[in-house]
Amino acid sequence: MTVALWQSIPFACILLPLFGAAVCLALPRRLARLWATFLMAAVTCMSLVFLVYMIPFGKSYNYPMGHFPAPFGNELRAGTLEAVLGLLFAGLTLICTLGGSRDAEHDISEGRQGLYHVLLLLMEAAMMAQVYTNDLFTAYVFVEIMTIAGCGLIAVRSEPGRAIVSAMRYMIMNSIGSAMFLLGIILIYDLTGHLLMENLHDSVVQLQAGGQYSQPLTMVVALLCSGLAVKSALFPFHSWVPDAYSTATPASASLLASLVSKSYIIVMLKVVFRILGTDVINAARMDDVFFVFGAAGMLIGSAVAITVPDVRRLVAWSSVAQIGYIFLGLGLHAGDAAVWHILTHAAAKSILFLSLPSLIPAGSDGSLRDLRGAGYRAPLAGVAFTTGALSLIGIPLMGGFITKLTLAQAALGAGGAHMWISLAALVLSTVLNVGYMLRCVLVFYSHPEEDAVPAAAPVRRGFALASVLVVLIAANIALLVFAQPILTAIRSGFAMFD
Amino acid sequence: MGLTNYAELAAIILFGIGFTILLIDRNLIKKNIGFAMTDSGMYLYLAAKGYISGRKAPIVVNGVTEMSAYINPIPAGLVLTGIVVSVATSAVMLALTVRLYRKYHTLNIDEIADKARKERE
Repeated sequence: MTVALWQSIPFACILLPLFGAAVCLALPRRLARLWATFLMAAVTCMSLVFLVYMIPFGKSYNYPMGHFPAPFGNELRAGTLEAVLGLLFAGLTLICTLGGSRDAEHDISEGRQGLYHVLLLLMEAAMMAQVYTNDLFTAYVFVEIMTIAGCGLIAVRSEPGRAIVSAMRYMIMNSIGSAMFLLGIILIYDLTGHLLMENLHDSVVQLQAGGQYSQPLTMVVALLCSGLAVKSALFPFHSWVPDAYSTATPASASLLASLVSKSYIIVMLKVVFRILGTDVINAARMDDVFFVFGAAGMLIGSAVAITVPDVRRLVAWSSVAQIGYIFLGLGLHAGDAAVWHILTHAAAKSILFLSLPSLIPAGSDGSLRDLRGAGYRAPLAGVAFTTGALSLIGIPLMGGFITKLTLAQAALGAGGAHMWISLAALVLSTVLNVGYMLRCVLVFYSHPEEDAVPAAAPVRRGFALASVLVVLIAANIALLVFAQPILTAIRSGFAMFD
Repeated sequence: MGLTNYAELAAIILFGIGFTILLIDRNLIKKNIGFAMTDSGMYLYLAAKGYISGRKAPIVVNGVTEMSAYINPIPAGLVLTGIVVSVATSAVMLALTVRLYRKYHTLNIDEIADKARKERE
């Protein structure tokens, strides 16, 4: 097979930030920032070009690394689903980094600024590799790189103490997840002798058809899926989430919430749909596990979000609920709804985390009573937060609406108890969403009391954040306007999985 | 037929002990040790599965090139990669542990979390 130039883009998207990170280590602080921004912009542009070429190409292809043939070499694989996700991840990394750059300068001591950009580039390389890789062990290695980069992004804040505590909790939870995931990989390699996804799938189908090794196979399903679920902070493994998201600098928080936990779910999608296949997953009843924990996460995450007084923790708890939606989609066999919610939640959650620092007055701990009238003090940030909040609530103008629509359709298709439970969970969780999100919005637009905290912004955020917020508002609206073509691309990407 | 897979048995026991410590113990250093044991158990399992008795490591010596003389090099390669990954992860966890101990003078994660919470209030 001859390889066209554009088909090498995924390879470049992984290697460029990876080696760029090594170069970044040697650069002085200001140059490091420019270099990182330049690389992120380059990867975003390349991902866009790749998507433009991929959609008319209309089928997936395998890209052998180093030109070793299939069973020996390492491979990348790309289809329309990978192209859409690659563009989302690359673009949002750039946007979140730019939008949080002023806060990062304030939150992170000068000596660490260069390292912060190294971590961002490593994270981007790991994300792109997880999107494009066709090899299970490569996926594991990049999952670990992502874990360490994510830990650094939480701990990099100058103020010691709470940030380090939450980074430690994050590391412990993630090592547990990694251990389970790696043991799953070792067992499936032991059973099949393969690591490339197509070969794995063929062997797993044979094993299942022949009824051999059914217990080890169930164990593999359980280990791979639960390992990744623990890492992506599915309820009840979310204990590190509220602390980590609320102490990290805004750029890190938005990246962690909207992208890092999602890239583990991308690996999960590959495990579920490409390696094991839905038949094996269903035979092991793993879909019901996703369904139950997803529904529980939706409800409990939202219920706790209503009670917390601190707005940053509120947004973090809402992430716990939104991860639940994605897993509910997986449990209902609606991969398209799950991927759609990955897009929606990424666009909405990053806007919430990036607009918050402008809304929280100086010296406040972020509790809601200090935020009265914040929407008047920072008008653009107020509008941005409202847009993100409305999208997550799912009013019929925003991306969250399509999630709920596709989930409800999948629930109706599933029938029986699944239908009633998921419809009830959707309705209840929407009511709770309205409760906590509208509470924030109403507080922002209520008039401040006489002795309210004066609005002295600690950080001049200026043009960069303003333009980023405008872009994100536009992205949230574009998600609804272009919902149909995007969903078509996602579905065609799933069709290419077989 | 008696059981002969002692290496796998030892590996799973190691994994179990390490995983339990990682989950349950409140001492951060012990958690680190548990993590190291978990990973060692897995690498032992992988290496044991990759070994075929009577064959040699895949390095060509004395001109013997038949495939049946050697074992598959991939499991060993995976173990090496895995060791590198777990070294990096351990280093990060130990560095965080040192930072936490310097600030809070304890290794118990519950006490550390309590102190951090009080600091916030």
